[in-house]
Amino acid sequence: MSNIPRRKFITTGLAVAAGASGIAVAAKVAQHHGLLPPDAGGIYGPGEALTYAAQRILGRHSMAREFSSTEISTSPFANEVDPLGDEFKRLQAANFVEWRVTVDGMAARPTSFSLAELRSFPTSTQVTMIGCEEGWTYIAEWTGVPLSHILDRVGALSGVRYVVYRSIQLDWWESVDMADALHPQTLLAHRMNGSELPVPFGGPVRMRVPRQLGYKNVKYINRVTLTDNLKPFGKGRGGAAADGGYAWYAGI
Amino acid sequence: MADRSGREISSAIAVPAGQRKRHSALVRVTHWITTLAFLALLLSGGEIVLSHPRFYWGETGNVNTRPWLNLHLPSSRDTVPTGYGYVLPDENGWSRYLHFQAAWLAVGTGLLYLLFGFFAGHFRRNLFPAASDLSMKPLGASLLRHLRFERPDKEEAWSYNMLQRLTYLFVIFVLFPLMIWTGLAMSFGFTSEFPWAVRLLGGQQTARSLHFLVTILLVLFLFIHVLMVFVAGFRNRMRAMITGRATPPTE
Repeated sequence: MSNIPRRKFITTGLAVAAGASGIAVAAKVAQHHGLLPPDAGGIYGPGEALTYAAQRILGRHSMAREFSSTEISTSPFANEVDPLGDEFKRLQAANFVEWRVTVDGMAARPTSFSLAELRSFPTSTQVTMIGCEEGWTYIAEWTGVPLSHILDRVGALSGVRYVVYRSIQLDWWESVDMADALHPQTLLAHRMNGSELPVPFGGPVRMRVPRQLGYKNVKYINRVTLTDNLKPFGKGRGGAAADGGYAWYAGI
Repeated sequence: MADRSGREISSAIAVPAGQRKRHSALVRVTHWITTLAFLALLLSGGEIVLSHPRFYWGETGNVNTRPWLNLHLPSSRDTVPTGYGYVLPDENGWSRYLHFQAAWLAVGTGLLYLLFGFFAGHFRRNLFPAASDLSMKPLGASLLRHLRFERPDKEEAWSYNMLQRLTYLFVIFVLFPLMIWTGLAMSFGFTSEFPWAVRLLGGQQTARSLHFLVTILLVLFLFIHVLMVFVAGFRNRMRAMITGRATPPTE
């Protein structure tokens, strides 16, 4: 027999080995630079890690598209939510004066803010699109406190890597990395199209993360937790959607 | 082995008597990976469409606005007015995971194929038509032969005919790039960095509609492609794309 097939076999083997160790090294480097999403394991891990890493490398500080006020949707769609509980109804009946957003975790000064306090903080206004993973979209004007302002107020510790935020609705929570948490367009939104944020759209307070899909824009926020590790939360995949089989990162 | 000139050795080893080289290893490997990725994208994409089987133009569109196309399919969301009395299970979690993973696989394979196509001469040898071949008469004749489902002539067993070349070029350099562009134009992360990618197309919903329309063209291509493989001789063509070798046509 010729030695060609053997040579071919050896080069193929070497190529496979080099490829496999290349991937292992890439994963280590990505891990080190915080480019691996919490759902990077499993069969869909490679695609997910590539998407997240690519978007963080290409546009960590990019700005979501902003629109002119003439482009605001005349018929936005609120989507449906699970029936609101008794606690919510009680707060709603009192015009949300007792609504509080508790900020805790890795903060020098964990604080519980009333709605009135949140409304008194500096605001940012944006006309941006909200898009659902299902495919539908609308454009609205959102006003709220930049999440970065809240993190400053509570004295976020330097080791914080994720911000976890929860709805008053049981089992509805998500998290973002610091690229989105500190992003100027990420808001605790309390106004929409010039009025107080309507309840169907998440009032009194909703997280607005315009660089990600609708499911990261959790409604009825009453708790924000700063952490360096998502493992202790839920199934450890960083959000209710991710625990339910969806991707944690929703920039695509 | 006495003779160590590459050609003789490789033909002595690789090609049984009566068969000739047809497709290079890289074309074969990328062909089947692309097939796999395409089927995964089609399945998961179709599944995702079921969560909102309506299409709009411009930037915005939702159940409160008028679609230009309503597929009248049952939906996996009870918020979509479908006219059906039931709601399909939500499969978007794995569908979206699979869609983007398969997209990465397709794009990576496509880049490898492009490199090979340009630098190893595959495009020049096998796909780019000579200017003289582009006159209407032979093209018309070739089209007519296809429409009559005539078996290709001898010469075509070893290279692509002109209609094939133009179709493959259109799929590779127009439809695939359009698919990638319209797909990326729906990603908020991507359009935050490259807003022109969606503005040039005419908006988020237009991108989604075009993504769907190009899918239909690609499915049409797949259908005709497979049909032509049967017309030209299924066994020989499949053997060529799997082993790289084909038997000369007997007539």
